[in-house]
Amino acid sequence: MEPVLTARVGKRDSRSIETYLADGGYAALRKAVTTMTPEQVTEEVKKSGLRGRGGAGFPCGMKWGYIPKDTGGKPIYLLCNADESEPGTFKDRLLMEEDPHQVIEGVAVSAYAIKCQLAYIYIRGEFWDGARILDAAIAEAKAKGFLGKNVMGSGREIEIVVHRGAGAYICGEETGLIESLEGKRGQPRIKPPFPAVYGVFGCPTIVNNVETLACVVHIVNRGAEWFSKIGRNEKNTGPKLYCLSGHVNRPGVYEAPMGLPLKELIFGDAYGQGMKGGKKVKAVIPGGASAAMLTAADIEDCPLDFDGVAAKGSMLGSAAIVVMNEDTDIVDAATNLAKFFAHESCGQCTPCREGVPWLYKVLLRINAGEGREEDIDLLLRISNQMANGMTICVFADAAIAPVLSSIGKFRDEFVARVRAGRAPAAAGVSA
Amino acid sequence: MSHLRYSLTSAGEPAVFPPDALKKIDAILALYPTKQAALLPVLWVAQETWGWISREAAEEVARILELSPAHVDGVLTFYTMYHLRPVGRHVLQICTSISCHIGGAGKLLDHCRKRLGIGLEETTPDGKFTLLEVECIAGCDRAPSMQVNDAYHEPMDVAKLDALLDRLSREA
Repeated sequence: MEPVLTARVGKRDSRSIETYLADGGYAALRKAVTTMTPEQVTEEVKKSGLRGRGGAGFPCGMKWGYIPKDTGGKPIYLLCNADESEPGTFKDRLLMEEDPHQVIEGVAVSAYAIKCQLAYIYIRGEFWDGARILDAAIAEAKAKGFLGKNVMGSGREIEIVVHRGAGAYICGEETGLIESLEGKRGQPRIKPPFPAVYGVFGCPTIVNNVETLACVVHIVNRGAEWFSKIGRNEKNTGPKLYCLSGHVNRPGVYEAPMGLPLKELIFGDAYGQGMKGGKKVKAVIPGGASAAMLTAADIEDCPLDFDGVAAKGSMLGSAAIVVMNEDTDIVDAATNLAKFFAHESCGQCTPCREGVPWLYKVLLRINAGEGREEDIDLLLRISNQMANGMTICVFADAAIAPVLSSIGKFRDEFVARVRAGRAPAAAGVSA
Repeated sequence: MSHLRYSLTSAGEPAVFPPDALKKIDAILALYPTKQAALLPVLWVAQETWGWISREAAEEVARILELSPAHVDGVLTFYTMYHLRPVGRHVLQICTSISCHIGGAGKLLDHCRKRLGIGLEETTPDGKFTLLEVECIAGCDRAPSMQVNDAYHEPMDVAKLDALLDRLSREA
């Protein structure tokens, strides 16, 4: 496939507005504001089948459609979710650092579609470069009259403000992001009301991921039909950025049609080029830390799209594929993942605030060879008390996924660690 | 875990923003419909100004934005990037999330501990280095990844880390 979202990555001066214009940039914005109504843009996005690239895979056009027709005079906000912090994910960083104008144009076109005059890009605090690059790009676009009070002479106003976070994974959750933007702790809100009705500053709000908004540029340029024909089926459409990391020969961001076989991503010449040192695959995390691990058998026939990965009992999430080879210590990997979640729980719901640190503590002792065999079932019991609607957001569901899947698929390793830890002869096994 | 974020400490003197910082704060306030929404960006200005955020700085931010000091406290202790104690000139942030973890981040951390003689969240007595762990910074394809202040250094290994620390030691 010809790259779409990453077509300009690696080109000389790819960040400048001049090269972006030379490559046909801002044509989608011009087309939208001068020849289409906002409703027509929304309709096109609906028809394209674009599903959100942030993790949940919710249909983008449908989300936009939830904004009330009559907002009672309240402004509508668009928030670009650039909080990319799901472990294993690094595609939005690439888009923002290498082709910021594509992101800006995507925000502007989408703002036009939902009738938003002031959009915020909520970018995680650690992306210092990303924020500086976006700020510079916005200034360039303003100077050309592409943003501001009168976008391309259309009479429409669109302003974009870059807002930096300050270090909190949960601010990637859309209502956590909204709370954070309001100047509060990023603790997710109970839904409903959904943000489209009651979002930031009590106004209708749409939160979309960076990659999702970048897709909108190309949908407007080339049409919904073109977009919907890329991908495995009509429910999984468009080009997709896959973040490949771990024990592969060539980690990186790869663009391919939605539904690329996982095996091809790891072994294909155009992608990962196989396992480092010719080792075997032991486990693959297909969608970031929140996604259940897959085994080597699972990857034989797993299309990388929302439904394909779901059919394997996991999720595509943010398309962060972390590959672990046969030498990887699964107990240690599960402990590392649990540590992440234990640190990042926002603390407002008891099952999560208490449960995740306990998962971590129990895993720590198993990993250190000090566990008991009943600890393995204890982990499952704690997990099952935390999720499935016990909490405000899905953080707890995410936190238990690596625990349940690693025990479910690699229980032998947990048992072996516990037994080895207790047998003096096996000293030195613990990580 | 790794952050200087548990409670506020006093700087022992009042915090007064210099004129250029106040100008930045005015510009920030114009970007939001509420004063509270300016809190995170204004706290960034405070950290740029003093290098960390003292109790006095937090109170000054609260006064400017018409928020309760308790609210500002709550926000400061929620986010990991605000330093609630003075830090070294070079803040070493080593990513230890899954891709970096299986890519050798532990070795980098151990090496820093040994070479600098400090633990996590500690600063060398000469004030040059602070050592922090950071969670996934989207450098997974260049694992293990790290940041020093606002700049990425990736992929990292012990030899490159040594060269970097040598250079930074000479600079400071």
